[in-house]
Amino acid sequence: MSPRTVTARSSTATAAAATEAGFPFRLEDVRARSAALGEPAWLLERRLQAWAATERLPFPTVKDEAWRRTDLHAMPRPSLALGSGGPQAIDRELLQPLAGELHGALLALTPGQEPVREGGRDLARRDVIFTDWATAVREHPEILERWLGKAVADDEGLFAALAASLASDGVVVHVPAGVRVAQPLHSVLWAPGSGRAFFSRVLVVVEEGASVTFVHETASPTEAAGHALHAGIVELVVGAGAQLTFVELQTWGQHVWNITHERSTVARDGKLDWIFGAVGSQVTKNFSELSLAGQGATGRMSGFYFADGIQHLDHDTQQNHLAPSTTSDLLFKGALVDRSRSVWQGMIYVAPGAQKTDGYQANRNLLLSTQARADSIPGLEILADDVRCTHGATVGQLEEEPIYYLMSRGLPRKEAERIVIDGFFSPIMERIPYEGVRARFLRMIEAKLE
Amino acid sequence: MGTALEVRDLHVSVEGKPILKGVNLVVRQGEVHALMGPNGTGKSTLANTLMGHPNYEVTHGEILFKGKDLVGMGPDERSRLGLFLAFQYPVAIPGVSLANFLRAALNARRRASDSTDKGMPIPEFRKLLKQKMDVLKMPHEFAGRYLNEGFSGGEKKRAEILQLATLEPEIAVLDETDSGLDIDALRIVASGVNDLAGPELGVLIITHYQRILNYVKPQFVHIMLGGRVVESGGPELAEHLEEHGYDWIREKVGETVAEA
Repeated sequence: MSPRTVTARSSTATAAAATEAGFPFRLEDVRARSAALGEPAWLLERRLQAWAATERLPFPTVKDEAWRRTDLHAMPRPSLALGSGGPQAIDRELLQPLAGELHGALLALTPGQEPVREGGRDLARRDVIFTDWATAVREHPEILERWLGKAVADDEGLFAALAASLASDGVVVHVPAGVRVAQPLHSVLWAPGSGRAFFSRVLVVVEEGASVTFVHETASPTEAAGHALHAGIVELVVGAGAQLTFVELQTWGQHVWNITHERSTVARDGKLDWIFGAVGSQVTKNFSELSLAGQGATGRMSGFYFADGIQHLDHDTQQNHLAPSTTSDLLFKGALVDRSRSVWQGMIYVAPGAQKTDGYQANRNLLLSTQARADSIPGLEILADDVRCTHGATVGQLEEEPIYYLMSRGLPRKEAERIVIDGFFSPIMERIPYEGVRARFLRMIEAKLE
Repeated sequence: MGTALEVRDLHVSVEGKPILKGVNLVVRQGEVHALMGPNGTGKSTLANTLMGHPNYEVTHGEILFKGKDLVGMGPDERSRLGLFLAFQYPVAIPGVSLANFLRAALNARRRASDSTDKGMPIPEFRKLLKQKMDVLKMPHEFAGRYLNEGFSGGEKKRAEILQLATLEPEIAVLDETDSGLDIDALRIVASGVNDLAGPELGVLIITHYQRILNYVKPQFVHIMLGGRVVESGGPELAEHLEEHGYDWIREKVGETVAEA
C-alpha cells in the first residue's frame, strides 16, 4: 500500500469555545448528552467531574513516558466535532457469528442511531444484562452505579476523561453470580465518517462463579480524506471463581486516531482470557491492564496486530500481580509492512506479598518491509521474593531458508511467505477458542498482504 | 524412454567462489544413481543448484529437464515440473503443520496445471497422507506436528521421504539422506526409497557413506571430486570405494590432470 495523502477537513463545529487541549467540545455538550440518554443526577455528576478533569489534564506529548513513542501532535483537534458519523451502513461481515456456529446475542451500535439487536432473548430470563448504554441507564442504573469506574478511573488520562464525560455509545454486560452463559455475546461499534470524535464505554461484570464469552468490535470503513477520533474506556470485572473470555477486534478505518484505556480486575480464583486483534486505525494507543487482585486469579492476554501503510499501533500492557499465587501469561505477536510502526511496552508488576506468582510476557514482531519498524520494550517490577517472572521480546524479518524450502515443494514465493507468516501467528491463533474469530484474523492477514 | 534430468558442463559459484567446475550427469526416470565423494567436493552444491537455491550462481552450463533449461527458474517452478530435493538439513517452520503444508504444496501443483482447480478435498488428502505415512511407518499424529520442529534426525529424513512420496516427482535428489540416521531409521528410509523407486521415478542419491547402498541398490555410481564427476560406473564402483577408499581416485584424477 502506498502512503495516503491526508487532508484535514474543516470542522462543522465552529464554536470558538474548546477544551484546554484544543478540542471543539463544550460543557453544554456533556449536559446535552447526559440529558439525551436520560441519565440520573449522579451520572451527570460523574460526567461533570470527568469534564473538569479534561480541563485539567494536559494533551499528551512525547515528553510523557507513556507517550514517548506515539506522537499525537498531528491530530487535528479543532476539526474533530461531536455528532453522528457518515452514512455508510454497517459492514454485514461484522454481523456474522464469530464465536461458535450459533448466532449468539448481537448488539450493533452506530453513533446517532438506534442500536440493533438480534438474538439473546433468553438472556433476560436468566437476569443476564447485555445491552446498550441508554437501555442500561433506563433499566439497570444500579448496575452502573455499583460498577462504573471501578476498573478505570475517569481521570487517569485526558482521553479517559473525554470518554467518561462524553461517551454516548456503550455496551454493558452483567452476568449474575453462578450463571454460565453458553452463547457468546457479540457487540459491534460501527462509527463511519471523518471530522468526528466518537467516545464509547464498555463495562463487563461477571459475578462470582459466573462465566461468559464476549466479543466486542470497533470498526469503520477507511475514509478517503479527513480524520476521526475514537476514545474509549473498557472495564472488565471478573468476580471470585468467575470466568470471562473477552475478545476485542479493532478494525477502525485508517483515518482514525484510536485511544483506549482498558483495565480488568480479577478476584480470587477468577479467570480472564483476554484476546486482542488490531489491524485498523491510523494511530492506536491502547492501555490494557490486567490486575490479579485475588489469590489464585489467572489472566491471559493474547494480542494479534498487523499494520500497513503508515499505521502506528501502540499497545501498552500492564500485568499486576496484587495477590499471592496469581498467574499471568501475555503473548503479543505482530507483523508490519510498508512504513508502518508498532510499539509494545509491557510491564509485569508484582506487589509486596504477592508470593508464588507466575508472570510471563512475550512480544514477537515480524518486519515484512525494510521501512517498517517495531519497538518492543518489556519490563519487570518485582517487589516480592518468591516469584517466577520471565519475558522475551524479538523483532525479526522473514528468513530466506524457510521460503526456499517451501518453494522447493512447488509453492510460489507469495504463498510460501504467507505460510511462514501464518505459522508465525499460529501460537496466537491457537489461543483463540473460536473458528470464526480465527478465520477473521486470517482474512485480515490476507488483506494486509494484498 | 522417460524423462531425464541432464546436467551439462555445469559451473557454479557460491559468493564468487567456484565450487562446481564442469559437472556432467544424466539421470533418467526409472534409474537409481548414487553420487559419492568425500566431503567438500561439491555434492550438496550440486543438489541445491539443481533445486534453484538463490545463493548458488550458475556461471556456465545447463540443467535440462523436460526440454527446458532449469537455470533461471525458481525452485517452485522446478518442483512443479517434477523435480524433488530431499534436504540434508530440512529447516523447521514453526506454526505450520506437516499436513497443512503438504496439502498446500499438492494444491499448488494442481493449480499450476489447472488454474481453476479448487484443491484436493480434505478427506481425500487425509486418506492419501495416512496411506503414505503407513508405508513409512510414521504415526499419524506426525501430520499434526509443526514441520520439522523438534523432529529427531530420523524423523526429519522420514518427513522428507513422506513429501517425496506425496508429491510424486519424476526425478528425486536425496542429499545425504542417510546422514545422522541410526540403523533402524536408515532401514525405514531406505525401504521407503525402494518402494518409491520404479519406472516412474529417477533417483539420485548423494552420499559420502557406502552405508545406504547396502539397502538401496543403484544401477549407476558416480564419483565426485573437486567439483566434477570424475568417474562413473555400475554398482561395482561403490564396492570398490568401500574396499579402497578415495585415494586411488585422487591419484587417478591427479594423473589425468597431469596428462592434460
